[in-house]
Amino acid sequence: MGKLISKIPDGPLAQKWTKYKASVKLVNPANKKKLEVIVIGTGLSGAGAASALGELGYSVKNFCYQDSPRRAHSVAAQGGINAAKNYQNDGDSVYRLFYDMIKGGDYRAREGNVYRAAEVSNQVIDHYTALGVPFARDYGGTLDTRSFGGVQVSRTFYSSGQTGQQCLLGAYSSLNRQISKGNVTMYPRREMLDLVLIDGKARGIIARNLITGEIERHAAHAVVLATGGYGTIYFLSTLAVNSNASAAWKAHKKGAFFANPSFVQIHPTCVPQLNEFQSKLTLMSESLRNDGRVWVPKTKGDTRPANEIPEEERDYYLERRYPAFGNLVPRDVASRAAKERCDAGFGVGETKLAVNLDFRDAIKKQGKKTIENKYGNLFEMYDTITGINPYEEPMRIYPAGHYTMGGLWVDYELMTTIPGLYAIGEANFSDHGANRLGASSLMQASGDGYFILPITINNYLADEIRVPKISTGSPEFEATEKEVIERLKKLLSIKGKQTAASFHKRLGKIMWDYCGMVRNEEGLKKALVLIKELSDEFWRDLNVPGTYSELNMELEKAGRVADYFELTELLVTDALNRNESCGAHFREEYQTPDGEALRNDDKFTYVAAWEYSGEGNPPVMHKEELNFEEVEMKTRSYK
Amino acid sequence: MKLTLKIWRQKNAKAKGSFVTYKMDNVSPEMAFLEMLDSLNKKLVEEDLDPVAFDHDCREGICGSCGMYINGHPHGLVPGVTTCHLSMRYFKEGETIWIEPWRAKPFPVIKDLIVDRQAFDKIQIAGGFISINTGAAPDANSILIRKQKSDEAFDSAICIGCGACVAACKNASAMLFVSAKISQFALLPQGRIEAKERVRAMVEKMDEVGFGNCSNTGSCEAECPKKIKIVNIARLNREYFKAF
Repeated sequence: MGKLISKIPDGPLAQKWTKYKASVKLVNPANKKKLEVIVIGTGLSGAGAASALGELGYSVKNFCYQDSPRRAHSVAAQGGINAAKNYQNDGDSVYRLFYDMIKGGDYRAREGNVYRAAEVSNQVIDHYTALGVPFARDYGGTLDTRSFGGVQVSRTFYSSGQTGQQCLLGAYSSLNRQISKGNVTMYPRREMLDLVLIDGKARGIIARNLITGEIERHAAHAVVLATGGYGTIYFLSTLAVNSNASAAWKAHKKGAFFANPSFVQIHPTCVPQLNEFQSKLTLMSESLRNDGRVWVPKTKGDTRPANEIPEEERDYYLERRYPAFGNLVPRDVASRAAKERCDAGFGVGETKLAVNLDFRDAIKKQGKKTIENKYGNLFEMYDTITGINPYEEPMRIYPAGHYTMGGLWVDYELMTTIPGLYAIGEANFSDHGANRLGASSLMQASGDGYFILPITINNYLADEIRVPKISTGSPEFEATEKEVIERLKKLLSIKGKQTAASFHKRLGKIMWDYCGMVRNEEGLKKALVLIKELSDEFWRDLNVPGTYSELNMELEKAGRVADYFELTELLVTDALNRNESCGAHFREEYQTPDGEALRNDDKFTYVAAWEYSGEGNPPVMHKEELNFEEVEMKTRSYK
Repeated sequence: MKLTLKIWRQKNAKAKGSFVTYKMDNVSPEMAFLEMLDSLNKKLVEEDLDPVAFDHDCREGICGSCGMYINGHPHGLVPGVTTCHLSMRYFKEGETIWIEPWRAKPFPVIKDLIVDRQAFDKIQIAGGFISINTGAAPDANSILIRKQKSDEAFDSAICIGCGACVAACKNASAMLFVSAKISQFALLPQGRIEAKERVRAMVEKMDEVGFGNCSNTGSCEAECPKKIKIVNIARLNREYFKAF
C-alpha cells in the first residue's frame, strides 16, 4: 500500500461537495437492483445507509448483533443533534459549524470532510422531522434548540434527554419501510466475524448466527461498516456493554488502515462508579452544563453535605479558569479539569472521585417546571441509579470513556484502504479530529449514512455493473470461514479458569490508568508490557463453556476481548508516537505552564494511519498530512 | 446480602424448561439486578457450567433489550424502571427471587431468559413509518406543530419496545405497544397522510402474529417501565374505526 490518497476535490472549500456530486459516476436504476451491498450495524449511520441505498434501488443486506435494529447504541445518545440552521438568528452558518468542529477537534481533522458534514447537517434535521421524530418545539410551533459545549451559538436540536432514541426510531422506521418493500433484508442477531476479500476487493463477510451458532457466508459487491466505536476498551464506559470493535479490527487485519486510534473521548459528566461489580457508567448529558454549575469545595477534604457549603466556599473552577465559555468548555477540557481538582484532593463523595453539578441557581431563576421540561428524564435516571434527588442536591459526576474519534481510515468517499469497503459513523476517523464536540456524533453518523455514502458509493459501484452476483462458493470464502472456525475452536479449547469479562475488566483498568485522560511516555510503555502479559494469561487461562454451534454469549465476549488485546496495543503505540498534546490526547510532557494542551503543529499536523503487518510484527505508520487552507491554526482557547 | 434465586433454565426453544435454585452469598445492595446476575454467571463459568442467558445491552434503560419477570412482575416491582436499572437495594436480606422469561405465545423462549421479540419488528415493518425518501423533506420549520401536540407525540414515542406490556397482559396483547406507535404518528401532521393505511396494516399484522385482544385490565400501563399511558389504546381504537 502506497501513499494515502484522500481524494479531496479541488476548488474552494464551500464548492467541494457540490462539485463532487456533479461529477461523480452514477448507476442506472436497472443496474442498481443487480448490485448487492452489505451494511453492518443499524445505528444512525447503518440504518441510514441501508434505507437510503434501499430507496435508490440497491439490494441491501443489513446486519446487527441485537435482536432488533432499533437497539443499536445510537439509541443512548441523550443531549441532541447539531445543525447549522441558524433558526435562532444568532449568527450561525455552515461555515461557523465547520469552524467550531475544526477548532474543537484541535486542528487534527480534514477540512474538506468537516465542511461537508456541516453542509449536510441541515438536511439531516429536515429528514428526521419529516420521518416524525418529535423534536422539542417552541410555542409558535417551530423547532427549539439549545447550546452545547465548545460553541457560542444555540444549534442543538433535541428530544428531551433522549434525542438518540428518537432519531434512531426515525431511522429504524425508514429501514422498516425498505424491508417492507423488499429492498433491504434484515439479519438480526448476527455478528460479523471476518471480511472476505476477492482479488483485493471487499466481497462479503463471514457471520455467526448468535442463536443457532451457525457460521454463515454472505456475499456482496461492496461492504459498509457502521459498527460504532471502541470506548469499551476501558471496560467501564458509557457504551452499551456489548459494543465492540471486532468488525473494524478484522477489517484492519485484512488491510484497512486504522487512523488515530489513541483519540478517545472521555466524557466529563457521568455517574461515578458506585461499586466494584459495576458493568457500566451512565452518561448524564452534556446539555446539563447549560444550566448546571460545576463546583468543588474550596477547602481540601471538606466533608460537609454540598448544600451546607456556603457560596463563598465553593470553587466554580470551570467559570474561574475559562470565563468566556464557563461551564460550556469542550469535553476534553472539562474532563481534565475535573480530574485535576480530584487529584489535588478537592473531590467530593465517598471515593473523592467526583465533582458537583449543581442546579440550585437554575431552579431558582427558571423554576422547577422549566428545568423538569428540559432534563426531566435525566434527573429521574440519576435518582434511580443513585437514590439522590438532583432537584434538591447537586448531582455528583465524574468523567468516563465515551466516544472514539479514531477509527478506520477513510478517504473523502468514506472508502477504507480496501477497495469496496466503506466505514461510516463512529467507525471511521474522519470528522472530529482529536476531540468531538457534543451533539455532533448523531449529526455525523446520520450525514454519513443518509446523505454522503449513498452518493459516494456510486462512484465505486458504477464500475461493478458487469460483475455478476458474487458466489459464496469461492475458495476465498472457504478459506476465511476456515480461519473463523479455527479461531472459535482455539478460544473454546483453552479451558482455563477465568471469564472473558474478568480479563476485560483488568485490561480496562490498565487502559484507564495509563492511556486515559492523561498519558505519559513511561506509563504508555508500561501499559504495553502489561497488555502483553495479560494477553498471554488470557490465551492460557480463559474459560468458555459450551460449543460454537449454539447460543454462547461467553464465546461472543471472548472473541471481542481477544480483539481488544490487539487493538489496545495499537492504541497505546499511537499514543506513544504522538509526542504532543491535542484534544483528548493529553501527554503530560507537552503542556503549557497553566496546564493546557500543547500541540506541536510542525511535527504532528497529520493523521497517523496504521497498517497491520502480520502477527508479531510492529504496525507500519503512514502519514496523511493535514493542510489547512481555510482555517488558520491557532492555540485553542476557551478563556 | 444473601439471596436465593429461582431461575428459569431452558436449553433451547424445544426443550422443556424448569426452575433451578442458586444461592448467592455476596450481593451488594449497590449492584444493579443484571450485575447480580453477572456475578452469578462469573461463578458458573469459572466452574465450567452453562451461564444463564439473558438479553441486555445499553444498561441504562433505553435500548429495551433486557426484560425478565422478577417475582411476578416484568422488570420487577419498582415502577418506571427497567431490569438493568433495578437496584438490589430494593430486595431484602434472605429473600427468594423468582426470575422468568416473558411468557407470551408470540414471544417464544430461545434460551433461559431470552425470548424472540421479532413479532414487534414485524408489526412495525407492516406500516410503522412515514413514507418519505431521503432528500425529499421540506425545511423542518415549514411544518409547524403545536408544542402541546408535539410533546404528546413525544410521550408516546418514548416506548423502548421491551415487551413488558405483552408479558404483563393475561391476553398477551400488544395493544399498548402498537398504540404508542400509532399515537406518535397520528398526533403529528407528517403522520396523518397515511394514518388510515398505517393503522389497518399494523393492527392486521398484530393479530396475524398472534397477540391477544385488549380487555382493558390496565396491567400494561401499570408495568410499563416508561409509563406509557393506556389512553394511547383509546386513540388506537379511534384511529382504527376511522380507517374504514
